[in-house]
Amino acid sequence: MAKTPPARSREKAQVLDDAALDRALTRIAHEILEKNDGAKDLAFVGLRTRGVTLAQRLSEKIARIDGATLPVGTLDITLYRDDLDLRGAPVIRGTDIPFSIKNKTVVLVDDVLYTGRTIRAALDALIDLGRPRSIQLATLIDRGHRELPIRPDYVGKNLPTSKRESVAVRLKEHDGEDRVVIEEPEDSPKEA
Amino acid sequence: MGWTRKDLLTMRELDASEIVTLVDTAQSLEEIATREIKKVPALRGKTIVNLFYENSTRTRTSFEIAGKWLSADVINFSASGSSAAKGESFVDTAKNIEAMSPDVVVVRHSSSGASEILARQMRCSIVNAGDGCHEHPTQALLDLLTIRERKGRFEGLQVAIVGDIAHSRVARSNIHAMRKLGMTVTVAGPPTLIPPFVGELGVKVSHKLEDAIRDVDVIMMLRLQNERMDGGLIPSLREYSRYWGLTLDKLAKHARPDVLIMHPGPVNRGVELSPEVADGPYSVILDQVAKGVAVRMGVLILLAGSKAAAQA
Repeated sequence: MAKTPPARSREKAQVLDDAALDRALTRIAHEILEKNDGAKDLAFVGLRTRGVTLAQRLSEKIARIDGATLPVGTLDITLYRDDLDLRGAPVIRGTDIPFSIKNKTVVLVDDVLYTGRTIRAALDALIDLGRPRSIQLATLIDRGHRELPIRPDYVGKNLPTSKRESVAVRLKEHDGEDRVVIEEPEDSPKEA
Repeated sequence: MGWTRKDLLTMRELDASEIVTLVDTAQSLEEIATREIKKVPALRGKTIVNLFYENSTRTRTSFEIAGKWLSADVINFSASGSSAAKGESFVDTAKNIEAMSPDVVVVRHSSSGASEILARQMRCSIVNAGDGCHEHPTQALLDLLTIRERKGRFEGLQVAIVGDIAHSRVARSNIHAMRKLGMTVTVAGPPTLIPPFVGELGVKVSHKLEDAIRDVDVIMMLRLQNERMDGGLIPSLREYSRYWGLTLDKLAKHARPDVLIMHPGPVNRGVELSPEVADGPYSVILDQVAKGVAVRMGVLILLAGSKAAAQA
């Protein structure tokens, strides 16, 4: 899940424009089909909020390539966080997975992979809902700095970042544009 | 808008956005009841004490289930069979419980204001699960969740609350909440059971059931509280039931075809509700009970799951 950037942050660099973002998703869709020998028993589960949108786009792409309509579920991992106490009152928006994940290959979709703690929580949450045959992980951006032994199966772009930067994935459905940018706090000195 | 309070004591002190936050949170948690494994780790390691000085089945059980589904440890303390029966004072009992470091204490007491006394004395979060004739906020929240699910909105809805308004903490909590959410409320009952200045809460008053239920979206029937009657307030149960009991016949003649019938339970069958109405198609009474668990999970997680509560 993308970290909320500090209140005052400025854009440092653009990482993906709309065409590059779309090409990355198309490639991931092909990779998913290749790795799983087609679309049989596949299902998408997106992490709120932008992971769900990306999962829907991947599902549409696979429908166009393969003809299969894959279900898309929504996962809210708030109830599984390991840092509930460190935050303000939790905002819970609900999990909605209207299909059985039992014996399915579930592709978990998130926008940015960072420490891996969100994915750890998502794995627990998913397994509480049933026993999938396997779980794979797709992320648009892998920015490194893992704190847990978690590795993605599909990556849109590997992006080395420093910890003080943040990565913003902007999608048409939420932000009016398709773009990925790196942001940094405004009080930091500009790089020479 | 986030939740920042340590306690949930009354609907009166909340603003509309806080009420909506509570209802939204509860709604998001409803799906847990449909899972095969009804447990999430959100409140692992938290302790919740149910401190009940008054009888209760629904409320206590539903707080207990809510706490357990969230993985908290839930301890039930009822006044009978405890040191309260040996003469320990309310505040002393509470202080002793506090010494065992609970995160949330859910309190029901026959005295109005009991939960507020505890909230001032204790560092942990307090949830009012009914205090005398004062308030019962989680009941109002589950009523609101039920209404919004069925009607799709709050704004502009018309509600009739019928029966023993004077002794009803459910009515008071609902009136405060519904007024803030833009609903119109009519209270109806025999004059002896309507408090004299109830109009100051912004409600209409009716003394005739047939008038009160005409054109409303929701009819909330209250239980005739025999345990709070000192006698003389109503001539007889039979007369009450005849004038104030809701029957299919009265509904068909005077109410809208899509009206919701609600009741906070326990129902006195044949007194305020005929069995045909309680079990009939308009009734959402068991729905209310199911939503009670979601509401209490929401309240517990907002209080115990936040930094504000942990540091308070």
